[in-house]
Amino acid sequence: MSIAADLTVEGVTLTAGARQLVRDVSLTASAGEVVGLVGPNGSGKSSLLRAVYRVLRPAAGTVRVDGADAWTLPTRQLARTVAAVVQDSAADFDLAVREVVAMGRTPHKRMLAGDTAEDAAVIDDALAAVDADRLADRPFDRLSGGERQRVLIARALAQQPTLLVLDEPTNHLDIRHQLDVLGVLRRLPATVLLALHDLNLAAYYCDRLHVLSEGGIVASGPPAEVLTPALLADVYGVVGEVSVHPRTGAPQVTFLPDGR
Amino acid sequence: MTGTATDTAARPGASAPPRRAGRTTMAGTSLVLVVLLVVSVTAGLAIGSVQVPPGQVWGIVTHAMGADFAEPDWSRARETIVLDVRAPRVLLGAVTGAGLAVVGTALQALVRNPLAEPYLLGVSSGASLGAVSVIVFGVAFLGPLSLSAAAFAGALGALVIVYATARTGGRITSTRLVLSGVAVAAVLTAVLDLLLLTTDRGNEARAVLAWTLGGLGGVNWQTLWLPGVAVLTGIGVLLVQARNLNLLLAGEEAATTMGLDVARFRARMFVLLSLVTGVLVAASGPIGFVGLILPHVVRLFVGGDHRRVLPTAALAGAVFLVWADIAARTVAAPLEIPVGVLTALCGGPFFLWLMRRDARRGTDRGVA
Repeated sequence: MSIAADLTVEGVTLTAGARQLVRDVSLTASAGEVVGLVGPNGSGKSSLLRAVYRVLRPAAGTVRVDGADAWTLPTRQLARTVAAVVQDSAADFDLAVREVVAMGRTPHKRMLAGDTAEDAAVIDDALAAVDADRLADRPFDRLSGGERQRVLIARALAQQPTLLVLDEPTNHLDIRHQLDVLGVLRRLPATVLLALHDLNLAAYYCDRLHVLSEGGIVASGPPAEVLTPALLADVYGVVGEVSVHPRTGAPQVTFLPDGR
Repeated sequence: MTGTATDTAARPGASAPPRRAGRTTMAGTSLVLVVLLVVSVTAGLAIGSVQVPPGQVWGIVTHAMGADFAEPDWSRARETIVLDVRAPRVLLGAVTGAGLAVVGTALQALVRNPLAEPYLLGVSSGASLGAVSVIVFGVAFLGPLSLSAAAFAGALGALVIVYATARTGGRITSTRLVLSGVAVAAVLTAVLDLLLLTTDRGNEARAVLAWTLGGLGGVNWQTLWLPGVAVLTGIGVLLVQARNLNLLLAGEEAATTMGLDVARFRARMFVLLSLVTGVLVAASGPIGFVGLILPHVVRLFVGGDHRRVLPTAALAGAVFLVWADIAARTVAAPLEIPVGVLTALCGGPFFLWLMRRDARRGTDRGVA
């Protein structure tokens, strides 16, 4: 079993009723890469991710994970390969953090099987990976936003996925926790596909970016190639400068709100 | 909250079997509940217009099972009272309480809302209407099973209607859920009343009216098996599906990403829950709030994991309804109060408390 999967999205079109959310999008994420989806609100980032983690069925096109069509695999089998952290506020019924993370073991378990020592070890590792081992016995609904997000990532890790999909995992987090969460993702062996709002964070943490605008991909490549003043003007309608930060070496976007 | 507060700091990240503290509270809680259930059943057999001492109750019961621990020094009349009058009724109470509690537990996960309960959502009304239609129109297409079958159909119909009207954009808010439950229940109850008022069978109508208030009387050994089988099967299936019920707590999309075919799972569970509710309503009338109170009380002790909530809720529900029925038989003796009236007396205030608690937490859970 591989540690990291290859993702190939080919010619995917997504619709909601008569409306086209995403049209004819193709993208790839190679094994072990961290690939970011950026673009304005409503550009189709979430929809595209939902097609990958198999909630929104494409009207056309294919989603392949290590060559296998994600939409023809049984749901349970796919869940052993692809895990997701979604934007879906959870109704919680007094679950402890550890129980939330244990959910991630479900696709690996027969229905009546108890949690084994191996499951316990996987859960511990997942909690440790996001630096949340101290939270294990806390009630999930009493956690702060950043703690919750880390626990949800741990739950996804407990699935032992080779592809991890995240929809704006840094939303509502303060900057400290944004860096923490993205740092965790950066260190994972699995392939990571995530939607991000913040272009500077995307530039620093992602190997490659795909820029979405009005349901189509307008640019793809390493952050330094993709993020240009022309793109900022075209896609976001803002004036900005892009420089290479002397310490991080990553592209740095500076917005000029009044057009300088 | 989950009984694990004691070891919060004790063993961070140790790779011991998970939730050892949770397991001990689970074992402890179950043990307490089993003992309570035995005590409750004994009390149910002992208490009534004729008081039978507990020792004699067990003498009669073990004697009937073929084991003579005690010298048979009781009268035939007492034996009849314990074995033929009280025993089926107490057992129906235990079965119904257990069934309603697990149905409530599962329903709360399936619609992702802590206020869900078969009675509040109009499911019991649907079942009542189905059963009453069979009585009033005298159709018995399935022989003695007609009543339960019709109640099942009514329950499923009501559940599907309430779910479909409460759901908007993949979400169910508490407000919409409770409102559509109330509306559906009101309509179904009105139709039911109409049926009863316009039927020629005046005497039957009165009996049926009493039954719609919920009561455990009138059961005998010949009619007890169906609710028994339905509830035990229901609990068994739900236990097998406990992990999947847990996944629903994470939300529909998240459950899908963890390998659950949510739409299909929910459809199957709705059928199962309607079946159990229908059979129970046909046997004892609609008894409200058991499915609301017990799951929440039990979660305070064992946490929210369905592998622990379901069995403990079943035991607690059984204990609760056996005592509710004892109260129904005795508080106004010789008059008997419908047990559904008593559970509503406890459950209504509990419902209000639950609503306010969720409001105070600032998270009307299940709301976007």
